[in-house]
Amino acid sequence: MIYREAGQFKASYEEDQQIFPIKQDRIVMAALVVAAFFVAPFVASEYWLQAVLTPVLVFALAALGLNILTGYAGQLSLGTGAFMAVGAYATYNFLLRLDGLPFLAGLVLGGLSAAAVGVVFGLPSLRIKGFYLAMATLAAQFFIVWALTKFPWFSNYSSSGIISAQRIEILGFAFDTPARKYLLTLAIVSLLALAAKNLARTNTGRSWMAVRDMDVAAEVIGIPLMKTKLLAFAVSSFYCGIAGGLYAYTYLGTVEPDGFGLDLSFKILFMIIIGGMGSVLGAFLGAAFILLLPVGLNVLMHTSVGVLVPATLASNLELIVFGVLIVFFLIVEPHGLTRLWQIGKEKLRLWPFPH
Amino acid sequence: MQFFLEVFIGGLLAGMLYALVALGFVLIFKASGVLNFAQGAMVFFAALTFVGFSDRLARWFGASPDASPVFWAALALTAAAMVLLAWVVERFMLRKLVNQPAITLFMATIGLSYLIEGVAQGTWGAAVHGLDLGIADEPVMWLLERYNLMISKFDLSAAVVAGVLVAVLALFFQYTKVGRALRAVADDHQAALSVGIPLQRIWVIVWAVAGFVAIVAGLVWGARNGVQFALTYTALKALPVLILGGLTSVPGAIVGGLIIGASEKLAEVYLGPYVGGGIDSWFPYVLALVFLLIRPEGLFGEKHIDRV
Repeated sequence: MIYREAGQFKASYEEDQQIFPIKQDRIVMAALVVAAFFVAPFVASEYWLQAVLTPVLVFALAALGLNILTGYAGQLSLGTGAFMAVGAYATYNFLLRLDGLPFLAGLVLGGLSAAAVGVVFGLPSLRIKGFYLAMATLAAQFFIVWALTKFPWFSNYSSSGIISAQRIEILGFAFDTPARKYLLTLAIVSLLALAAKNLARTNTGRSWMAVRDMDVAAEVIGIPLMKTKLLAFAVSSFYCGIAGGLYAYTYLGTVEPDGFGLDLSFKILFMIIIGGMGSVLGAFLGAAFILLLPVGLNVLMHTSVGVLVPATLASNLELIVFGVLIVFFLIVEPHGLTRLWQIGKEKLRLWPFPH
Repeated sequence: MQFFLEVFIGGLLAGMLYALVALGFVLIFKASGVLNFAQGAMVFFAALTFVGFSDRLARWFGASPDASPVFWAALALTAAAMVLLAWVVERFMLRKLVNQPAITLFMATIGLSYLIEGVAQGTWGAAVHGLDLGIADEPVMWLLERYNLMISKFDLSAAVVAGVLVAVLALFFQYTKVGRALRAVADDHQAALSVGIPLQRIWVIVWAVAGFVAIVAGLVWGARNGVQFALTYTALKALPVLILGGLTSVPGAIVGGLIIGASEKLAEVYLGPYVGGGIDSWFPYVLALVFLLIRPEGLFGEKHIDRV
């Protein structure tokens, strides 16, 4: 009854091509954005802002980057963590070595550096496909983390490659409290998510999907494979690079190369699989799910089971439950949380009637 | 030249160990099209289970853990555990994920690896165990005296074991009824089903065989580096071997292992000092990548023909 598009007429092309064509969707989105910008910073505690909301946004951005590459363009990548590392370290170096460079410019330059690296490691995709390509991206993963550890120039000669983020200041306004950092992250992530949502509907986005569905067929209908695949790698790595910069600057503050290891790449891959491939919403849902699941499990294990069993067993149980949940989820809903959301919307449209 | 040969041969022998892990991947990928990331966790699980059983058995019967009856009993129990694992995986995971895209299955095996690691450590504890197979890690005297070459006896034995295992697997695939069924399934699931090959039983068998390979790999690697969590990382050593050789080829895993092992050691010795060392984390991948650029399906992989 409440969620129905009856009576909403599209009188112009602009109205027909809106991102959210249904009025109720627009209202919900607007409410969400307002809540995220104006309610959350005042209601949520510092712990929640710092340890839950900010990382969810940062990881959602990284997942969005991987989703562009894997979900939209169909190129499986296991090197996301490395591209984030490039973003973080490049941002650090640009801000360190160019005096008076504004923070946002440094962040964008970091993203562009990641994009350049992504294109280099994306070159094999022109010849290699599927799992072979995934393994090729592992080369990027291990090489970049190794290089950041081995060459001290990248970390300004600090021990074992650790970098500490500089103070964030934009136009003289310091982003130094959790709430401010959260707002900065939110603003950047929202902008980039909007851009991704739009990009998916353009010529570029549709070429990506054509390449994903079958690249030979795409080539036959005149889509330039090289340009399309490399553009996917560039845009995806740009997003990951920005996410890496935010990971270092607004979330952790201090990062080391090993923090961007294979585990991080897998975590982000989990996010897009659980969230839903080829969907912007999926990146956010997946990030929230994967980040909150261990926290929830941890709390559960250490409050209820933790009193009965020793701590080491509890952490192993956590590992087991996490593994089982991943497998269970893939079995029950292989298309991810986005699909559940869509099913829910369909049901709501018909409610209270069965058909 | 002396030194070069030593490094080269040492690399080849280490490569056989990589091939041992890669073999498990190849078996499962051939038969079920699943890139089983949990193979490393299975190696860890197998080694830990073996050590756990032989400790317990030795304590119950008052024998030394190195006594041969204890060894064989523990081996049999571990093999049983791997069969059980294979059955559980097929029954509760693979069967439900039939017809899903390859990436979903791949992610499921990553979930599975968490599960196996948790179960292994939860059951046997997370302490590092030593494992003694009774073969000392010392140079082969004969080679040392005759040619002045330092080749580890342990590495040599491990390579021989790996070679025997591959030969046995090749014969098994070629000449037994189950082996033929496995090859049929690998060729075409639907065609195999339609001539009456029980797909699900075949999957259990393949996963169990991969489990046995994991036992051998776990024992050898465990004796070399100690039975510890780091055994799960053997999977990362095996992946470049796997793509270099081709995901579907048993001989490819061996040849890939030899190439990766030898060139990795040579690069570490001759190239490493110029860039600060530690290059073995990425060198195999870059090498495999170079090979892939020339042959996109690996050296022995099935040629893939795209049709619209």
